[in-house]
Amino acid sequence: MFYREAGQFKTSYAADQQIFPITQDRVGVLLILAFAFLAVPVLFNEYWLKAILIPFLIFSLAALGLNILTGYAGQLSLGSAAFMAVGAFASYNFMLRIDGMPILLAFALGGLSAALVGIAFGLPSLRIKGFYLAVATLAAQFFIVWALTKFGWFSNYSSSGVISAQEMEILGYKFVTPEAKYLLVLAIVVLLALAAKNMVRSSVGRAWMAVRDMDVAAEVIGIRIMHTKLLAFAVSSFYCGVAGALYAYAYIGTVEPEGFNLDLSFKILFMIIIGGVGSIVGAFLGAAFIVLLPIALDVMVQEWLSGILSPSISSNLQLIVFGGLIIFFLIVEPHGLARLWQIGKEKLRLWPFPH
Amino acid sequence: MSGRKIGDVILDLQNISLRFGGVKALTNISFDVREHEIRAIIGPNGAGKSSMLNVINGVYHPQEGRINFHGEERRRMEPHMAAKQGISRTFQNIALFKGMSVLDNVMTGRITKMKANFLEQAIRIGRAGREEIEHRKKVEEVIDFLEIQHIRKTPVGRLPYGLQKRVELARALAAEPTMLLLDEPMAGMNVEEKQDMCRFILDVNDQFGTTIVLIEHDMGVVMDISDRVVVLDYGKKIGDGTPDEVRNNQEVISAYLGVAH
Ligand SMILES: Nc1ncnc2c1ncn2[C@@H]1O[C@H](COP(=O)(O)OP(=O)(O)OP(=O)(O)O)[C@@H](O)[C@H]1O
Ligand SMILES: [Mg+2]
Repeated sequence: MFYREAGQFKTSYAADQQIFPITQDRVGVLLILAFAFLAVPVLFNEYWLKAILIPFLIFSLAALGLNILTGYAGQLSLGSAAFMAVGAFASYNFMLRIDGMPILLAFALGGLSAALVGIAFGLPSLRIKGFYLAVATLAAQFFIVWALTKFGWFSNYSSSGVISAQEMEILGYKFVTPEAKYLLVLAIVVLLALAAKNMVRSSVGRAWMAVRDMDVAAEVIGIRIMHTKLLAFAVSSFYCGVAGALYAYAYIGTVEPEGFNLDLSFKILFMIIIGGVGSIVGAFLGAAFIVLLPIALDVMVQEWLSGILSPSISSNLQLIVFGGLIIFFLIVEPHGLARLWQIGKEKLRLWPFPH
Repeated sequence: MSGRKIGDVILDLQNISLRFGGVKALTNISFDVREHEIRAIIGPNGAGKSSMLNVINGVYHPQEGRINFHGEERRRMEPHMAAKQGISRTFQNIALFKGMSVLDNVMTGRITKMKANFLEQAIRIGRAGREEIEHRKKVEEVIDFLEIQHIRKTPVGRLPYGLQKRVELARALAAEPTMLLLDEPMAGMNVEEKQDMCRFILDVNDQFGTTIVLIEHDMGVVMDISDRVVVLDYGKKIGDGTPDEVRNNQEVISAYLGVAH
């Protein structure tokens, strides 16, 4: 995927406004999609699908949701996991309480429920910004997890609020094998990612970024700040909500509200910091990084350092490396891996002549 | 000046007073703006010029006074409604969207004219895609007009000051405003950049008939390009008339023009 875009001049605005204007990007994305849909289910074993690829896709979706809110619209949130919880528990209840509820509709309704809750907790953003808004979303995080545990109705009165996701069935086909679950998750994530890409390159995305960059000027141009911010909360929470539903139905199976705690919210925040704030690709890069890092570290420790490091240190190694990376990206490259990738491309475009 | 015809009064401000706590930013100010004219607001630092623009497009709400725009008495109005009514502006301190390219900044200027909702945009079917292309055409016209084609895809943060000011004008023009408010569009520019900016302002006024309300400290420029001038000092109006009238007004001379800047 190393290429130069030199010589590709657009002769119409339609061509310049395609979703991936550079031919190699377009081909690259198609190849990745073909690989993900056709080759991955064959090439990868059950462990990879279940423990790595499915969670990677789900976290990418949640990170995408947070990136819409934080990266594009500039509203910091520490409540992503709680919105995932709303999506999971709402989908569960729609499935449980409505006979013949199609699973995809239940996911969508789960997402919509999360969107409504997101709007409610986004209301403070009309008055407060930055740090104080983050604290308000933190309140959402704690309140939602508390409410889901406290009121038994949400979990159909199971002990400690645990829910067991129902079987996923579409048109008589049951999604039980890891391959089937993976493909279902992949399809949903790809569709929502394309929709997100479309939004951020249209006027709604420009409105989000305008509010992020300079809200007074945005308003003077004719952007309704309140509407724009709440829409960002709604769309973002919808994405997190669907991610939460998939987390319950396609990944874990049995979840409790505590599973969607602050740790998970932070994990998603780290994904966008490492992957790239305000970048669609960044959400995927960040999720891949954070899903793979612990596994890679484990392998490395066992291969090279077993016997040298005591187990207690090696289990802390993950946290140390994580912390270091977060600090690195915050200070050195706030636009994350996505930006590094872009710089690499720009350098390569000039290569081998440095000027 | 050129052959454009100055029309009737389209903006009429009556007895405007604006206070911030104890600070009287504007005191009992009345003036009007005629269609197609270039109306300058001048005055020493802190005179209330920017506040005046902020009153016109609804960023500030005066405690007293009446505003009539296009024959309609205006109640409390928010900036986005002013935008819808055809009022665009630039800021004294550049207020571009730093994280976006020049093109995206200017496209954002057309936001009130874009009708597709976010779902249509997410799926990009029907009018959402068509709209992007149609508005892109208009935006490219503005980009050509202001001669910033070469920096179209550049993030605005990387541009030198003078060009940023020009991009801000482009963003304002993209809305095809009937009234354009410019807050010190030439501040901090070198002579050549100032000349360019002057030419653009005159061309906008001449070719599109846009009414322009302009704040500027450079007296030479003001006297050259404006049809009528309002002079403010300490929040009060001390002069109003053609450049010649203002130049010969005794109060203005002592309060303002006499003061070295
Ligand atoms: N948002 C605000 N809050 C408090 N005071 C304000 C505000 N905006 C303006 N002022 C005050 O109102 C007065 C007029 O300010 P304004 O910015 O309108 O002056 P100006 O004529 O544009 O000056 P300059 O030439 O320096 O731009 C000043 O005393 C200023 O401190
Ligand atoms: Mg000012």
